[in-house]
Amino acid sequence: MDTRFQTALAYLPDYFGNHVLVSMTALALGLAASLPLAFVCLRRPALRATLLTATSIVQTVPGLALLALFYPLLLGAASLSAEWFGVSFSALGFLPAVLALALYSMLPVLRNTITGLTTIDPAITEAAQGVGMTRLQSLRIVEIPLAMPVIMAGIRTAAVWVIGTATLSTPIGQTSLGNYIFSGLQTQNWIFVLFGCVAAAVLALAADQLLALIETGVAVRKRSRVVAGVAGLIAIVAIALVPAFAGGHARYLVGAKPFSEQYVLAALIKQRLDANGLAAGQRDGLGSAVILDALAANDIDTYVDYTGTIWANQMHRTDVVPRADVLAQVGEWLKRERNVTLLGGLGFENAYALAMTKKRAEALGIRSLADLAAQTPRLSIAGDYEFFQRPEWAALRAAYGLNFRTQRQMQPEFMYPAIAAGEVDVISAYTSDGRIAQYDLVVLDDPKHAIPPYDAVLLIAPKRTDNRAFIDALRPLLDAINVATMRDANARASAEGASPDQVARWLWEKISK
Amino acid sequence: MGSQAVAMGSRAPHRGGMDAAIALTGVVKRYGAGKPALDGVSLTVAAREFLAVVGGSGSGKTTLLRLINRLSDPSAGEVRVRGADVRTLDPIVLRRGIGYVFQGIGLFPHLTVAENIAITPRLLGWDRARQQARAAELLGLVRLDPAYATRFPHELSGGERQRVGVARALAAHPDIVLMDEPFGALDPLTRDALGQDYRRMHEDLGLTSVMITHDVLEALLFADRIVVLQQGDLIADGPPATLIAHPHPYVRELMATPRRQAERLGAFLGGAAH
Repeated sequence: MDTRFQTALAYLPDYFGNHVLVSMTALALGLAASLPLAFVCLRRPALRATLLTATSIVQTVPGLALLALFYPLLLGAASLSAEWFGVSFSALGFLPAVLALALYSMLPVLRNTITGLTTIDPAITEAAQGVGMTRLQSLRIVEIPLAMPVIMAGIRTAAVWVIGTATLSTPIGQTSLGNYIFSGLQTQNWIFVLFGCVAAAVLALAADQLLALIETGVAVRKRSRVVAGVAGLIAIVAIALVPAFAGGHARYLVGAKPFSEQYVLAALIKQRLDANGLAAGQRDGLGSAVILDALAANDIDTYVDYTGTIWANQMHRTDVVPRADVLAQVGEWLKRERNVTLLGGLGFENAYALAMTKKRAEALGIRSLADLAAQTPRLSIAGDYEFFQRPEWAALRAAYGLNFRTQRQMQPEFMYPAIAAGEVDVISAYTSDGRIAQYDLVVLDDPKHAIPPYDAVLLIAPKRTDNRAFIDALRPLLDAINVATMRDANARASAEGASPDQVARWLWEKISK
Repeated sequence: MGSQAVAMGSRAPHRGGMDAAIALTGVVKRYGAGKPALDGVSLTVAAREFLAVVGGSGSGKTTLLRLINRLSDPSAGEVRVRGADVRTLDPIVLRRGIGYVFQGIGLFPHLTVAENIAITPRLLGWDRARQQARAAELLGLVRLDPAYATRFPHELSGGERQRVGVARALAAHPDIVLMDEPFGALDPLTRDALGQDYRRMHEDLGLTSVMITHDVLEALLFADRIVVLQQGDLIADGPPATLIAHPHPYVRELMATPRRQAERLGAFLGGAAH
């Protein structure tokens, strides 16, 4: 059996369990909100129209964006709650995922419940009134049972949507079957991607069929079918709960942004903590807008960031300062503004840079960004999803007057094949990326130092600042990894067949010698 | 209004006063502008009387019936049931005490025949065994096979469904039964059989019955008394025999139709026999 398949299988209990818990909770919450709302607005056409419009609008927001929006919202709510009531809760992971998914599930349930109840033959409802039913009795005995097939169809649609969309809760820190997909895309592990998709689809189908069993059981009054359906759903939840209760809960959480270097480093940190008797878990694939907030809020305990990212994105600095000064100032700023400790650098830099194929650069006579500037109107550039929004890009354009013919956003995995195939001329690259050597690219010089230095640094959550055991477990990583080693590790992580865990073990072997 | 001009017939018990099961006084029901659906109707139904309400479509028949069990309320005038102004009564309690057979039957498609029949007893909180016993008893009364208890309405013929409708109306031992074109959609044989059966139950159970029909023959055959509605006005009120000589030409014409048809039929059949 393929080792990647075995690795995927090993993650299944954790990912599946979390996926089931988050989607079932969201569905239950969505139903608890939409069903009463549907009844309330049954006889209020204006309210009904408003509600359906509002839920339709929610539906048009892409799932990923909706989930991401809930994180800052909850972060604000959490700090208010801590200030006013002294009660603080984690705004990362479970809560925002559940709320966003519940909101997502509301449209089909609301629409079908309202449609089902408003399309009942008026002769039947009048008969219900005529035989002496109260409004509630009429709903309970006649209208709801008659509308049940339509209502259940809505609930089934919602279940399938929620289970499918829950894969997108990975970037906001909720473990789900999406972890396979996100990390698989990053490391070109297509078995992972496929595994995640198939597992989510199987779960969605199973939930749908069990709900269908309950529905037909109710319709034809076969108690055995209803029992079987309910038992099936309970069994799924029970299976999901097993890993949550078995095995000690990870006390330390290591965060990772969604790219393979981060997965490898997070795995390395987790292994170091585990090796020192500190039970650790990972929160992979956190959005880079979310991750520092999560650390400052103690939702995760540590992660690796890059000085230039904080310098530009958080401190909004654009000035040119020597590398050591940037490191010092970023450390001071983090302590002062976010109460986060910068433990130290890992020893390598992963800077943003522009890269071309060696062949094309030589043909055009381009060595530096200054050379590039004159030729940009005839050239095209591709960048990752963040790059063109980042201040570094603005700084580069301002410093060198870059003005490309076309500019495209791409998944990094596709950027390299694209430049190798000549579909684009220039890409945004990372200096520690193993693919620079692999694809025979050159990194263009930045003589004006428009891009700040990007030292990889280990950041520590406020509540772990004075945790000796924790800090001591991490210290061996400081200044231990040079850029060549990291490039090598990254190349291994991108190659077929290696999981971040395996690469992290290789990396530790290498640096601990 | 014609009712005062009409003499009482032999089949009709005396009416009015404290004995009235149902009494409408100057009832107006308006839906929007234009001529009201009911335009000042006064009418009493004595206890144990069988009243037929005859009229064309749009005459206000169904509106009249709905006012009695407060499925709607009059715009003006007063409705009394068993001596009490219905506005002082809880409509839910009122409806549970009055049987109602709906136009187009109105059985609940997702409930079995027995559950349909026992619906009002269920609402009144009878225990299950008593509900089932009552449903079985009523199946016998409307002459349906006891095996029908567990069937669903869509498995029954139109006539059978209407029998279930009648059984449902009688389930909670009402003393008043309102029927809106109960036998309208049935074939003539079924219709006659069901009509006769109902008349028998009316007698045996001591009911007060109000039946809406557009079929004059049905009214003449089964009712003690007939009222005629025309565009919201009550234009005639009396026992069948007296209405045949009614001063209003529409009423006379209406009442004469069955006899004329019978004579034509007789002549046709007599001619055919020769």
